[in-house]
Amino acid sequence: MKELVVLSGKGGTGKTSLVASFAALARNKVLCDCDVDAADLHLVLQPHIREDHEFWSGQVAVIDEDKCTQCNLCQELCRFDAIHDFKVDPISCEGCGFCSHMCPAEAVNMKENMSGHWFISDTKYGPLVHARLGIAKENSGKLVALVRQKARQIAESDDLDYVISDGPPGIGCPVISSLSGVSLALLVTEPTQSGIHDLERVLDLCRHFGVPALVCINKYDINEDNTRKIEDYCLSQGLRAAAKIPFDNVFTESIVKGIPVVEHSRDGVAKSIESLWQSIYWLLEG
Amino acid sequence: MWSEDGEGMIVSVASGKGGTGKTLVATSLALSLKDKGRVQLLDCDVEEPNAHLLLRPVITHSEALCIPVPKVDDEKCTYCRRCAEVCAYHAIAVVPKHVMTFSELCHGCGACSYICPEKAIAEEGRKIGVVESGHSNGLDFAHGKLNVGEAMAPPVIRKVRELANHDGTVIIDVPPGTSCPVVESVKNSDFCVLVTEPTPFGLNDLVLAVETVRQLKISCGVVINRAGVGDGKVEEYCRRESIPILLTIPLDTKIARLYSNGITLVAGMPMWKNDFVRLFEKIGDIVHERTGRLER
Repeated sequence: MKELVVLSGKGGTGKTSLVASFAALARNKVLCDCDVDAADLHLVLQPHIREDHEFWSGQVAVIDEDKCTQCNLCQELCRFDAIHDFKVDPISCEGCGFCSHMCPAEAVNMKENMSGHWFISDTKYGPLVHARLGIAKENSGKLVALVRQKARQIAESDDLDYVISDGPPGIGCPVISSLSGVSLALLVTEPTQSGIHDLERVLDLCRHFGVPALVCINKYDINEDNTRKIEDYCLSQGLRAAAKIPFDNVFTESIVKGIPVVEHSRDGVAKSIESLWQSIYWLLEG
Repeated sequence: MWSEDGEGMIVSVASGKGGTGKTLVATSLALSLKDKGRVQLLDCDVEEPNAHLLLRPVITHSEALCIPVPKVDDEKCTYCRRCAEVCAYHAIAVVPKHVMTFSELCHGCGACSYICPEKAIAEEGRKIGVVESGHSNGLDFAHGKLNVGEAMAPPVIRKVRELANHDGTVIIDVPPGTSCPVVESVKNSDFCVLVTEPTPFGLNDLVLAVETVRQLKISCGVVINRAGVGDGKVEEYCRRESIPILLTIPLDTKIARLYSNGITLVAGMPMWKNDFVRLFEKIGDIVHERTGRLER
């Protein structure tokens, strides 16, 4: 079983549209949405939710007003500036429990935190594991790790060949969780200065975790000078820009219709995506 | 707090979905206001900071961002395990005659060091990023960069927020998403501009972003970028939820090309400056009205 994750560093480069197309092109796979705080893949894959589970993670401190003597020790000790006027701000609280351990009146209790939901769904392309992190919650990295673990379990029990994951933007905690230990990362970039800058950082991250990477330049014709710069950069890093996809409104149109690009259109863009999937397939199988 | 013309406000620019144009809006908004008073741009997207690519600031200060992690003195340690018991992040393990620390799991809460009965745990800084400040073309500027391979963005974001000017306007470029890095960047701002695009992805993530800022009790308004593609559902949603649409930027290859070359919208197409000044005036009106209401 091989695992592919699609990342970009910069948001909005087309990760989800590509993953949705791979869903239509690849056989024997489970799909996985690792962007748990702004998940979009379900909007294209139209899942039928089969299992809905609560995600309990971490703790938050709660002060018992009746026991609190207002000594102020908790407020002085808290490094996250989460306690004001003898009340805990649950959004700032990092759940370290320092206050609870130290309170002389034993007035601070740690409460388990329900941080979101995760789902196993059926789609016409195969099973999808996805999640919704609660608004303004922490521990997105743990939820990503959970979603990936469930996807791998399904792949093993159903004897599927691939886990294909849509990754979150950035390079921090949820991205590290989506990336560590996968077989291949597809890095989707665009020919803007931001796109290039963010590609460099996410490629460094792949190296840091020893994950082989492949680059795809989306909307390459928006700025062909920058596209050449990206190609040169890739060569200098011993990488290949595996695909150049032109800017085309079919990306947006297919999102509006809620179907993968390769099912909405059969030419131009769809052809580039199909040949990109072929390159990925050979790399995964090679 | 702020004066009549909105000076002194902290305005954050967020989106939920990535790549909708936060940096484009934040940089042009900041540049459009600088003739009217002191303006600072804080780039809080410390995982993938991009504002400097458009503003090309002169960096005058640079500071490593360290978080305190435990350092155990083996001479003093009696292996009592108190530290491992209090650590909520499993960043300390005590095995016979040895204490192992996993600094990448440590959040720097300080509990182990404070609680150790032998005073055997000191704290040392572990570098997870850098925070830089300077100026660009009459703007004050600061941003942070999380080191590649580090997971925790919030401490770097908190440090960038600490560099906020106490007088003048502060514009914050927020990372995408709705989780802790977003909360840390948006927290305590007077208003949040949510940049979206008129597609189902844009709408889905806008709804999440609105829920986030509402939970933080911050007023918000919407900028629709790449208008002309997609559908009309973002506008319908804003009407239904009484969220003002503050500005609409069309899908225009000229705008996309400017951005791709690292040129801000107001530098490349100066006629947009008035639109951003008006955008800021609208924000000022909303914030004044809200504070007026709260005071009454």
